[in-house]
Amino acid sequence: MKKARKNLTNIPAHLFLAVAAALLAFPVYMAFIGSTHDAATIGRGRMPLTPGAYLGQNYVQAWAYGTGERVSGTPVRVMMVNSLTMALAIALGKIFMSVLAAYAVVFFRFPLRNFFFWLIFITLMLPLEVRIIPSYKVASDLKLVNTFLGLTLPMMVSATGTLLFRQVFLSMPKELLEAAKIDGAGPLRCLWSIVLPLSKPSLAALFVVMFVYGWNQYLWPLLITTTRQMDTVAIGLVRMLGTSESLMDWNLVMAATIMTMAVPVSVVILLQRWLVKGLVEIGK
Amino acid sequence: MIRREAVFSNKLLPYLLVAPQLILTGVFFLWPAVQALQQSVMKSDPFGIRTRFVGWENFKALFADPFYLGSIRLSFLFAGAVAFLAMSLALFLAVQANRQLRGSQIYKTLLIWPYALAPAVSAVLWVFLFQPSIGVVSRALQGLGIPWDYHLHGGQALLLVILASVARQISYNFIFFLAGLQAVPKTLIEAAMIDGASSRRVFWSVVFPLLTPTTFFLIVMNTVYAFFDTFGVIDALTKGGPGKATETLCYKVYLDGFRNFRINSSAAQSVVLMAVVILLTAFQFKFLQRRVHYEGGG
Repeated sequence: MKKARKNLTNIPAHLFLAVAAALLAFPVYMAFIGSTHDAATIGRGRMPLTPGAYLGQNYVQAWAYGTGERVSGTPVRVMMVNSLTMALAIALGKIFMSVLAAYAVVFFRFPLRNFFFWLIFITLMLPLEVRIIPSYKVASDLKLVNTFLGLTLPMMVSATGTLLFRQVFLSMPKELLEAAKIDGAGPLRCLWSIVLPLSKPSLAALFVVMFVYGWNQYLWPLLITTTRQMDTVAIGLVRMLGTSESLMDWNLVMAATIMTMAVPVSVVILLQRWLVKGLVEIGK
Repeated sequence: MIRREAVFSNKLLPYLLVAPQLILTGVFFLWPAVQALQQSVMKSDPFGIRTRFVGWENFKALFADPFYLGSIRLSFLFAGAVAFLAMSLALFLAVQANRQLRGSQIYKTLLIWPYALAPAVSAVLWVFLFQPSIGVVSRALQGLGIPWDYHLHGGQALLLVILASVARQISYNFIFFLAGLQAVPKTLIEAAMIDGASSRRVFWSVVFPLLTPTTFFLIVMNTVYAFFDTFGVIDALTKGGPGKATETLCYKVYLDGFRNFRINSSAAQSVVLMAVVILLTAFQFKFLQRRVHYEGGG
């Protein structure tokens, strides 16, 4: 009896959550429907709310060519490889640099240590938008336009990563390292065989957060890449969209959107636990 | 900084360890930021041949420009709307999902996945729904007699950009509010219930005050998001138009720097944004200290 009443009081909660989930999923559902019709059906403004018969054709065309009669885009396979390269490079590069910097700051004492930490820290206050033109100029002077180095290097600096690992390292019992040192292990050895294994949860969490962050970059890729061969997913999709006229190959744009979405969405769903941990820990 | 004895005593190694991060920081953060500061007090002729020092002139021009003042108003309105909507909806949903519900894990996943979408990509999805002549939602709106065309009506464009920005940010806020709610001691809530408080009363006088640190943190993060990360949403949906209806400060920096080639004005605008970020960060640290106090005082 009591249980039944509890279930009853939960009905509004179920309702609210289900409606919110449906609203958030609705744009993706319509994109999927759009990706299964032909351009003419969509262009007439009479697209049904159920799937059509062109799924295979649209996806193959978007994957291999990215271009149709009324849309000129980059093949999805090219965009995916570019975004994957960018996201992996940014995530791994950020982790590499912030682990090293945090290790130095926590386990060593050296002149200028606090000053260096402070320099890394103030990057929090310098988002790309506040240094946009000079950043572009630096990158172009270094001949980094249209290169993967140019796309990823400036994104690898991470005060958040360094702060996170500093916190993690500070919480480690110092005696562990002291003991290893007595056994003759050097600092790099200690980092590799003691500190990193102990930091695995934070490494995984930061990796997921940074992968999604890297995959979703928009403004910097927009500036630093000018050729279609370098188009990332976000850039390529917006380019396909153009001025979003009614008569264009919406079916191909939507097929490309659905395919490219699959990667970050699966990462977030499958590694949700790590994403949540990473976001909450960085937020601290 | 916590004082600790050094574990290792190498002289050169720590410098090598911080070098990669420091070099990139110098090349891609500090140097460009100094350049932005420098350009903001200089004026170049249109061909970029001669440059002279003009002091505050770019800033004076900026704050005398009605378009810039309009963009400031717009940005604060936009940021306020995005932060308020995304946070209140997320808090409401987090409270629902924090109950002991059958299938609550599935709900959580269904509310968190949109975090995976780049702002620009979620805007592409929204274009498909709201494109005036082919979008499903536009057709429905027009069927109701609403003249929907965000390419023509500034108010509609702004509304669309706000809603598209909110939809994605709900997931982020949801994650934090849920984590905050899970940290609220159950005994506290039970005690209040025993005292006869209604569940609404318990939420506003016991639970919500305990979420204050999370709320403050999210106010900062949502403002930063609305100011900077929504660039992709605006670029994909409206390109700042129609007119200047969705030209936020951040979008204007980009337009003036890369489309209109007003380098010095763009640099001055960057410096203004820098001031905004510094204020937000300072605000955040003030609140962080308070949180330390909370934890220390139990």
